[in-house]
This record gives sequence, structure tokens and C-alpha cells, in this order.
Amino acid sequence: MRHIISILLENEAGALSRVAGLFSARGYNIESLTVAPTEDETLSRITLVTRGSDEIIEQITKQLNKLIDVVKLVDLTQGDHIEREMMMIKTRVTGDDRDEVKRLTEIFRGRIIDVTDATYTVELTGSASKLDAFIKALTVPILETVRSGVAGIARGEKSLHP
Amino acid sequence: MKLSGGEILVQFLHDEGVEYLFGYPGGAVLHIYDAIYKQDKVKHILVRHEQGATHAADGYARATGKPGVVLVTSGPGATNAVTGIATAYMDSIPMVVITGQVATQYIGSDAFQEVDAVGITRPCVKHNFLVKRVEDLASTLKKAFYVATTGRPGPVVVDVPKDVTAPNVKIDYEYPQSVTLRSYNPVEKGHPKQIKQAVDIILSAKQPMIYTGGGVVLSAAAAELIEFTHYLGYPITSTLMGLGAYPATDQQFLGMLGMHGTYEANMAMHECDVLIAIGARFDDRVTGDTEKFCPQAKIIHIDIDPSSISKNVKVHVPIVGNVKTVLADINAVMKEKNSQPDKEALGKWWTQIKDWQKEDCLQYDRNSKLIKPQFVLEKLYEVTKGDAYITSDVGQHQMFAAQFYKFDKPRRWINSGGLGTMGFGLPAAMGVQLAFPGAPVACITGEASIQMCIQELSTCMQYMLPIKVVNLNNRYMGMVRQWQEFIYESRYSHSYMDALPDFVKLAEAYGHVGMQITDPKDVEPALKDAFTKYKDRLVFLDFITDQSENVYPMIKTGQGHHEMYLASQRGRGLA
Repeated sequence: MRHIISILLENEAGALSRVAGLFSARGYNIESLTVAPTEDETLSRITLVTRGSDEIIEQITKQLNKLIDVVKLVDLTQGDHIEREMMMIKTRVTGDDRDEVKRLTEIFRGRIIDVTDATYTVELTGSASKLDAFIKALTVPILETVRSGVAGIARGEKSLHP
Repeated sequence: MKLSGGEILVQFLHDEGVEYLFGYPGGAVLHIYDAIYKQDKVKHILVRHEQGATHAADGYARATGKPGVVLVTSGPGATNAVTGIATAYMDSIPMVVITGQVATQYIGSDAFQEVDAVGITRPCVKHNFLVKRVEDLASTLKKAFYVATTGRPGPVVVDVPKDVTAPNVKIDYEYPQSVTLRSYNPVEKGHPKQIKQAVDIILSAKQPMIYTGGGVVLSAAAAELIEFTHYLGYPITSTLMGLGAYPATDQQFLGMLGMHGTYEANMAMHECDVLIAIGARFDDRVTGDTEKFCPQAKIIHIDIDPSSISKNVKVHVPIVGNVKTVLADINAVMKEKNSQPDKEALGKWWTQIKDWQKEDCLQYDRNSKLIKPQFVLEKLYEVTKGDAYITSDVGQHQMFAAQFYKFDKPRRWINSGGLGTMGFGLPAAMGVQLAFPGAPVACITGEASIQMCIQELSTCMQYMLPIKVVNLNNRYMGMVRQWQEFIYESRYSHSYMDALPDFVKLAEAYGHVGMQITDPKDVEPALKDAFTKYKDRLVFLDFITDQSENVYPMIKTGQGHHEMYLASQRGRGLA
């Protein structure tokens, strides 16, 4: 099953490689990983998407908790949560396709953020599956795709803090 | 007090109570060595190879319970130390390894003797640090000792660039008394609800089994374990790492379990209805095939590391906490209610176990004209009255030592269990002998293992360490040969040790006493001479042993505890 694990990490050199190294050393997979500082400059927040059986996810969270640089973590998929991912996608569009891609972008509530005679660059935010759906719906050649990876947060009053 | 980085490092070690520093100098640590030269509080032991330094510090830590401390230079100094760091990591041994690093401005430039020590050691340390400013040196070292020695212990590496220890930069130094790490708070006490649930299950058992590991030794819980086991009257077994935590000569002790465990211990594991796992981690060498592991048992698992719980085998009642504290709590709960186990069922269970014991699974040919390795171990046990510190290398000799030397006290059996590092025994014995100068210390080894760190015979001479090296010389990598006999139809691919040195001359060349023993009747006198006549000398005892001897019982990979090969089956086409 797919799990989104949110981690508060000491904002220190090498901390990220401890997390990444743990996954490769123990054979766990990382589907996506995002990392950036938080409002507290001593902390970074990682959102990590992984897949595995309940036993494997339990081991992943235990092993992550064992890392000295991991301050706190939560498996967001265990409760109600919001996930977002941002994508920028550059497409080759000419002739009638230009209107078609513009319409499609509006349907997906995206924005065209750069235009040339032959290309559109579209910005789109949403769940990972929404971004996948947009890519699937495109009928024009894709020149380049860049995705941020998933960021997530719990719904309601619950919050992840040290 | 204004000190340079090098001086801070040495002063800190003294303030931290460090007795010995095992190390080897080099360019990046010369400032530190200069500071060492100018003091006599922290004693530096000069090894002959950095691997030796880490194993010596490790042996010191295992024998004393105090952290072992190592100082090596950058580059090859650090990489040579990695095997020893990984060895300590696998067995949860507290150790602080200080590695020199090139000066901060050269980091990343592929400078002379530069290696990313923090990166290389990351997967085999509990934690590691790179110190970039002299102002952070003392507090980082304090954190390193704190992390290494608390919770589930382990090695910590502190990488120190050369400029951080420079003599011309002096800053105020004060020993940091305390340390705070917001993300590191090991759980000490077990959850009372879990403890109560565990006690109920323990008392309801008809065919109970206690299975203990290195965690009992590490948390100094021998007394609590003995109280627990005696109170209940349950049978008890131990992993390789836990030997000595419970007295091996006690009637309730069934011997070691696992791949080369006793018939009775493994059968009792297979048939038990309640398994009480204490400070053990369900290693594959212990469990055999996990699908066949303790098929009827409810499992209770006490461990300080939550990630050990349900990692390899699903457990029913986990108790996270320090083994010592948790056992004391369990003992108190049982005594308070004067709870008693099911004595009738227990009586039947013991009858069954005694039946298994009749197999006499550690039997060997006592009338052999060749020296049997088991015989040497039995005689060593007698000659030292079971009271020596025994270090070992890795292989058949290690298993024979575990089976035949009956450890009654914790911290007497010092071996590389998890990583299985050949070359561990001799340097580890140096650390033990330094910690206990008057005590008998023997290194059980083989002609293959001993050659992996043989250079430390020189260190032993320099510091006059009267270790007794018991070399069980069968001219084979015995355990490799045994597997090849069992699994590869006796195709002995590269397991024969050809072109061996004359170990007697070799020992003598280093200034020690060497003896070669070829006849069984000379085994005991030679050992007696080593421990009496040559009490103050290192004695290298080269026992020429039976080449064909195997370690029994044996559980092959993929089999269960009840599927052992026994000595009694050999030659009957079964093994």
C-alpha cells in the first residue's frame, strides 16, 4: 500500500543522506521525496512516499525514528490528510492543438505559465493522481516534465511539531 | 582554561574518564598526537593496524561495559577502521571512534588521504559527526559518548578536520557536564500494562522457554535474569552473544540455541508454547527458517530497540525498555502476587527436556589419536577453572568455544557474533588484558583467522600483554570446509590453508613463547605451562587438530530447529 510519511528532521548537513541511505540499505523503495526548511530554521520537513506491506511500513517508521536526526514523524495515510504535488510540463503545441491544450489546462485548473510559437508550459497542482490524469489526457508531444514530489499535511487540528 | 583543539580533545577524554585510547598516528591527527605526548592521563596504545585499534577498543568495551575509544588518521586510517566499527555496530558495542580529516578548506578537493569518513561509516554507526569548528569540539564529543553508551549502545564516529585541532587557535574549555538531544530519548521503563499482560502469559505456560541475548549482558541484567529464571523454574537458552549472562553450569540452562545450538535447546524452542525473548533480536543464525520458528508459541519480547521487535518474527507481547528495568519490574509483579507457574505441566516439560538431553549432542570421539578441538576447549575450561576471559575469532573454533567453555559470568565471552569478523580475537584480547591486567585471557582462534590480524603480536610485546593464543590449527578454514562437505559434496574450494607459517617461530620472532602440540596427551600440560610457568608471557599454543572434525549439531539454512544434523548421524549418510 502507498504511504505518505512526513518527517521533521534536524536541518543539518548529511541528515537527508541518512534518510535516503536507510531506504537503500534496507531495500525499501522511495516513490517520491521532498525536503525543505520549515518556519523553524533548525528543522527540515521531508514528505516521503513509499509502498510496502504493513510490516514493512512499521519497520520503516521504526528505523526512521531510530535515526538521531529524526525529531518526529507521522504516517499521514493513517488519518485524513491533504496531499499536493506541483508539476510543470512543457508540451509541443501548434495549430488546433493550442486551443485543445488550453481547454484541457482549464479543466484541470492549471495555468499556462510560458508560451512560444510552438510550445506551452503548463503549471498544475493537485494530488499525484490528478497530475497523472493530466499527463494521460494530453494528446500532444511532451517535451519535458518536472514534478515536485508529494507534500502532505494532516486535516483538522492535528499538527506535526517537535 | 584556554586550550587548542588537540588539547581539548585529549583533556575531554580524560574528563570523560577514558583510560585507554587505541590508535595509530598519521598526518591529519598529528596535532592531537602532539597533545597526547604532552600529558600522561590518557594512555595511548599504539596498534599495528587500525582494524586492530577498533577491535581492541571493542574488546575493552565488551569486558568492562565502558566505551572503547579509538583515534585514527584520515583516509586509509578511517577505512581500515571500518571493519571494526561495523563489528561493534552489529553487536551493539559502545565505542567512540575519532577519525582525523583533512583541513576544512580541503574537504571535497580529493586532498591527500581524504575520504568521506562520515559517508563511508554512515550505515555502520549509531551516529556520526563532522566537527567543523573548534568551538563545537567538546560538545560534539560529549554527544558522541552519550549516544554511544545509552539506549541500545553502538559505535559513534567523530570526524575531526586537521585545522580544528590546530595548536595556534586556543579557546576556553570547560567539560560539558550534560547533553541534550531533542530527538534522542531512549525508553528505559517498560509499559506496566504490557508487563502485566506478559506476566499472565508467562504464568499460564505449560511448555515455556526463555531465550536470552546480548541485551542482557549490555544492560547488566544478569542478577535480574537469574532471579526471574529461578523463581519460575523454566528452561533457559542463550544466543551466542548472551552467553555468560546466565550461568552455563546451572541446571536450568540448556546451552546455546540456533545453528550450532544444543539438541535440547533447539527442540525445546520448537515445542514451546510460550517463548520469553529477552534482549535478543531473532537473528537468522538463531531462528533458522522463520516459517518453522516456534510454531506453537506465544512470544513475549523485551528489547530496548523498538525496531528489533517484530522485525524478523512477529511477536505477541512486545515490551520496549531496558532489559534490567523490565525484568526487575516483572520479578516484582510476580512476587507481589506470589504467583506460581503450573508446576505439574512444568514437571512433564522437564521430563521431555531431560529426554532430549540424553542425545548427548556435543559428543565427540574422546579416544581419537588426533587432537580434537573440543578436547582442547574442555581442557582449557578445566585449567582456567572456567574463570578466564575468552575472546575468539570466527569459525568452527568459535562455535566449539561457545559450546564447550561454560561461561558462568557475563562479559567473559568476547566474540564477533553479528558481523562474524575474522581477525577479531587477538586485538580484542589486548583490550581485555589491558582492562584486567592480572586476569587470565585466552584468544581462541584458528590458523586462518589469526593471520588476519597477526601483526598485533607486536603490540602485545610492546605492552607486555600475557595473552594465551589457543590456535586450533586444522589447516582448513574449518567452517567453510564444513559447509563445503555438507552442501557442496566435499568440493573444498580454496578452504585449505596452504603455505602456513611456522607459528612457533613466528611467535618467537615477535618475542613471545611458541609451542606446538600434536598429541592429545600434551594438551593439558601445555595449557598448564602457559597459565603458570609462562603466566607473564604471551604464549602462542599451536594445536594441530583433526582436520575432519565438524561442529554439531547443525541446522542448515532454510531448516527449522527440529531439523538438526547431529554428530550421531555422521557417517550414516545423513550428514
